[in-house]
Amino acid sequence: MQLKVFVNGEATVTTATTLAELVAEFGFAEAGVATALNGDFVPRGARQRTPLAGDDKVEMVSPRQGG
Amino acid sequence: MNTALPNALTPASLSLYGASVPSRLLLGTALYPSPKVMTDAVKAAGASIVTVSVRRESARAKSGMGFFELVRNLNVRIMPNTAGCRTPREAIATAHMARELFGTDWVKLEVIGNDDTLQPDLFGLLEAARALIGEGFKVFPYTTEDLIAAERLREAGCEVLMPWAAPIGTGRGLANPYALRSLRTYFPDTPLIIDAGIGAPSHAAAAMEMGFDAVLLNTAVARAADPVRMASAFAAAIAAGRAAFEAGLMQMRDTATPSTPVAGTPFFGLDKS
Repeated sequence: MQLKVFVNGEATVTTATTLAELVAEFGFAEAGVATALNGDFVPRGARQRTPLAGDDKVEMVSPRQGG
Repeated sequence: MNTALPNALTPASLSLYGASVPSRLLLGTALYPSPKVMTDAVKAAGASIVTVSVRRESARAKSGMGFFELVRNLNVRIMPNTAGCRTPREAIATAHMARELFGTDWVKLEVIGNDDTLQPDLFGLLEAARALIGEGFKVFPYTTEDLIAAERLREAGCEVLMPWAAPIGTGRGLANPYALRSLRTYFPDTPLIIDAGIGAPSHAAAAMEMGFDAVLLNTAVARAADPVRMASAFAAAIAAGRAAFEAGLMQMRDTATPSTPVAGTPFFGLDKS
């Protein structure tokens, strides 16, 4: 089954059913990104039990320069 | 600590949320011409805290962990920010993501209320600060010089406040010295870090002479023609300003008083004889 979700603001079609699977599908190491689903933080350990639904908005962020 | 400084400029140590912080210069990691210049600038500044952020990771570049490794090797404390967040909800989620990535509960909390001035939304800031403190964060709120906002943030559990000098990236220095002085006077025991708007070492020295505890810089160093040298210049200015504050500045006067003794002045009174 395929779902349309938004990852970092861009629409994407995925066969992932959980947030953990989606992170893996993007090729990110488990600890390489932090995630949020529809505006709320999802801890690394909770991704496996976080199911995806159509039009979900997912953020995957990593360390960056800052002021 | 910057070992290049003379002993007399070594300041009393600063404690933030119970952590002893040797350097009173906090440095941002953004806008440098190269990673090498950034790391050299941090070393030249003698900074013991650097600020970082989280941003959307690219599936192609995967640059985040490389940057983290670079910063981790500096052996300084890392303070993630919530730069660019416009609502408490965004800031709260960003703080949580940063805590997981960087493994620290310190957060420079920004909730921005206006795109042109990047002015903090003090209402949103307070709401986010309350929530994050309840979730175990050590919150460093980027605020204005507003006394009531400062009072509320202290009540919410912020042990440190970070008032702006001027809007982020403007380099205008202490835009409202009277209000900043009032803030310092009203909160004598709260660590106050001047964050944003500093352009020149003299601005930083002025803030330190007023008794502010530390200065957080980024653009003024990163955008200098020679960022590493500018980092050294700021370190010297901040140390000098702090030493001057600790030494106790003289009172300003309206009338002139001679510094050379008047008694025994040659030819004194001769014109009257």
